[in-house]
Amino acid sequence: MKEEAPWVMRTYSGHSTAKASNELYRLNLSKGQTGLSVAFDLPTQTGYDSDEAVARGEVGKVGVPVSHIGDMETLFAGIPLDRMNTSMTINGTAAWLLALYIAAAERQGVDPKVLQGTTQNDIVKEYLSRGTYIFPPGPSLRLTSDTITYTVTQVPKWNPINVCSYHLQEAGATPVQEVAYTLCTAIAVLDTVKTTGNLSAAQFTDAVGRISFFVNAGLRFIEEICKLRAFGQLWDELTRDRYGISDPKLRRFRYGVQVNSLGLTEAQPENNVPRIVLEALGVTLSKNARCRAMQLPTWNEALGLPRPWDQQWSLRIQQILAYETDILEYEDIFEGSKVIEAKTIEIKRMAWTEVERVLDFGGVISALNYVKEQLVASLTERQRRINGGEQVVVGVNSFRETATSPLYNGESSSILKVDEEAERDQLTRLHAFRAARSQAAVTDALSTLREAAVNGTNIMPVSIRCAHAGVTTGEWAQALRAVFGEFRAPTGIGGAVVARVANGNGDGAERLEQLRSRVRKSADTLGRPLKVLIGKPGLDGHSNGAEQIAVWCRDAGMEVVYEGIRLTPEQIVASARDEGVHLIGLSILSGSHLRLVPEVMAGLKAEGLTDVPIVVGGIIPEDDARELRAAGVARVYTPKDFEMMKILSDMVDVAEAAHA
Amino acid sequence: MSIQRPPIDISTLLRFERKSIAAALNLLEDRRPARQAQALALLDDLTAFPAPAHIVGMTGPPGVGKSSLISRLIEIAACEDRRLAVVAVDPSSKVSGGALLGDRGRMQVPPHAPVYIRSFAARDRLGGLSREAFAAVFLLRHLCDVVIVETVGVGQSETDVVHIADTVVLVVQPFSGDVLQFIKAGVMEIPDILAVNKADDELLARKAMADVQAALSLERQAWARPVLAVSAATNLHLEDLDAAIRAHHHHLVSHDTLTPKRTEQTLAWATSEVLHEVGRRGLQTLGGPDGVKHFWAQQPAQWSERHRLDALLGSLHWHHTHTE
Repeated sequence: MKEEAPWVMRTYSGHSTAKASNELYRLNLSKGQTGLSVAFDLPTQTGYDSDEAVARGEVGKVGVPVSHIGDMETLFAGIPLDRMNTSMTINGTAAWLLALYIAAAERQGVDPKVLQGTTQNDIVKEYLSRGTYIFPPGPSLRLTSDTITYTVTQVPKWNPINVCSYHLQEAGATPVQEVAYTLCTAIAVLDTVKTTGNLSAAQFTDAVGRISFFVNAGLRFIEEICKLRAFGQLWDELTRDRYGISDPKLRRFRYGVQVNSLGLTEAQPENNVPRIVLEALGVTLSKNARCRAMQLPTWNEALGLPRPWDQQWSLRIQQILAYETDILEYEDIFEGSKVIEAKTIEIKRMAWTEVERVLDFGGVISALNYVKEQLVASLTERQRRINGGEQVVVGVNSFRETATSPLYNGESSSILKVDEEAERDQLTRLHAFRAARSQAAVTDALSTLREAAVNGTNIMPVSIRCAHAGVTTGEWAQALRAVFGEFRAPTGIGGAVVARVANGNGDGAERLEQLRSRVRKSADTLGRPLKVLIGKPGLDGHSNGAEQIAVWCRDAGMEVVYEGIRLTPEQIVASARDEGVHLIGLSILSGSHLRLVPEVMAGLKAEGLTDVPIVVGGIIPEDDARELRAAGVARVYTPKDFEMMKILSDMVDVAEAAHA
Repeated sequence: MSIQRPPIDISTLLRFERKSIAAALNLLEDRRPARQAQALALLDDLTAFPAPAHIVGMTGPPGVGKSSLISRLIEIAACEDRRLAVVAVDPSSKVSGGALLGDRGRMQVPPHAPVYIRSFAARDRLGGLSREAFAAVFLLRHLCDVVIVETVGVGQSETDVVHIADTVVLVVQPFSGDVLQFIKAGVMEIPDILAVNKADDELLARKAMADVQAALSLERQAWARPVLAVSAATNLHLEDLDAAIRAHHHHLVSHDTLTPKRTEQTLAWATSEVLHEVGRRGLQTLGGPDGVKHFWAQQPAQWSERHRLDALLGSLHWHHTHTE
């Protein structure tokens, strides 16, 4: 029989500068990658130029900085956009980066009508998990709606949104929660598009057909196969029943995937390769629920940024699956399996019940706090199971004996270090770009942008105009901030998770009791109950770790100040001072720890708070950890430190020692 | 043993130096006997200075947007350079004793504005104010123009804020049926001002306002309690809320009721502290509320409320040891 064409193969990448990333992309394409997946840096994702104060230390760290059309052109130099399929992980500023992409294509002489690719553009999961939102829900959904409305007629092959289940799983969602909340987001988006009335019935039908998904797949890959089948069936039914789509082709559940990173370990990191392979099976084995595009994490993801060789290894996994195995030769191999069918139906039923619950709240935006609390509770439960040994993690809580690894010796030579010169280079070119552009054209374009933001006309045409005029990312976002305002999402940590942790049985529960009694006793040494501040400095919005620490500290009996994401070092210092905390815990996953932690320490010193110790958690390579400890950080925790009780009792030790 | 003087210079407090305020509040919370003595001395020293602050209680069920409203009030106060402090109380877990203090995350402070925010766990007061939180307000009222006390209040037993606030604002939201619950629970007797937050949806807001107004319709009081539809999200009627709060303060001052109100509140607070510490029988031993009042009046004029309370509870301890 005829073999099916393989999925689009990508690697999520980008770092340092547009030029460095362009070289990486061309290298990856030469190795047989069939699409691009652009990672943007945090300033670009949160709407700041590379030279703004909040961007300090974050430029080029977790992705490529794109401050203007010059960067976008450099990023795709020598890559013909009419023949490329580009996925852009961009949300808060999705409309802007799409505008820059379209403008860059136009400058290549490419008709936007032929452009293929995806903007992630899912703001709800940013509120729930990933943290790169800017505006409140209303204006944010309006921007999403604008991009959908625009592309459906002007860039018809574009996927304007990837509704994401990926980040929900990373935040702890069970398969049922993942399916349910993702569908709720899709409903919120399509309902918004429909309500605007800007599309004809036929155009709206097309728009429904352009909705795609970005999912996650974990190690329980049989259940994941069933989850994806359930996803597809529910989407088919939902689009038919809620939106009256009669053409089954437009109701197909089209998805791309990045497999699970939450389950990847820092301990014995070579074990991550088989984990990644098994996760990839979950999204490829079943023809009726196979991914359209795939990107795989790398074996050393829990250690830091991957090098080109690490990314190549992950690409090779995809190629071996597609070209060496026979998975593409068969019809759906699970058709008729009673086991798969029963599990699929169970997930469908439970997920739909949860969808209805959220719709009863008035939809996912009204239910934001509820949904976030559910996710935090699920992740806490997962942590509890791993800590109690109920869930085996090879090399972490079981089978820890290991020979010396020839791949990884604990040093940063096994990961990519972003060149600190890159930030300076980016700033130089940004200043040159600003100096060369016509200020009048920029001012003019920005005033039309503001007008469109206020009066509700589609943001895309004016944004493309801004792109050509030389408006920068920070200027575009600032103009909209002034109109829409900014948002802070719920932290979800107030949910009733105490009981679930406390009800854990056996050893875990006993150790928790011991810990609580230690925390109570520490009040004698400290004079008052142990009070800690958990802070997330910088632009990094990955708050799952900080939220877990906050919840566990509370459950251990501490008084915990937690203010959510995106705080400046100055804000953290002011809070620590005003609140009179005994200890500060900082969580940083963006790689900018060497910049942000010393800033917090300097601030504390200036306030005379030298007796307040700091512990830091994040993706921190060992030699960086050494540097932080040398600078006075009391403890550094990385993903291999999974034992919560140990971390918490450490924190008590550190606080007591500092205030004895 | 002579009491070591507090390691805090009062003039830095009066200049609203936040580092000193934080150190002072750390001291007030410290349970070690030597520090407690210093804390009482500090509060006593402060009684010599005026307490100009208007104390505003903001209460209401969880999730109605109290912190976001306070954030807007902070902005308004900052425009006029008024010194403002927030005492934000969150519940403590009965199981672990721990607490999540997340309110300040929802309060935006303009750079360089004279604002001080401190979070307190309710500890053993289940949603009310701990003794430390009261002490904090006693201190802060000497240093600020406004002290806002934010508490979760869903029933009459959780409304300790009436023992400290000159003005109580009850915040509700339109679609929750809160109002009806509050009437049942007697909470409606507490507020001086009602704010229906999240009033962007006019229809729901009007319905909620009607409910509230109906609940208040039989009143004949000197102060007609205003009911305001506000929204922290869209800045709806927030200046009106600020004005209403100030008008109530003016009302108290111009009717000469502020001082007697505070005296009454202090006695009620002391009585409830006695009840909390030693129960009904303990209060009886002290001669009931009248006994508390009598004892209070006997104490040296320069003693702070907190000092008098210690003396009151101490006298009871003496009682016990001598009758056993």
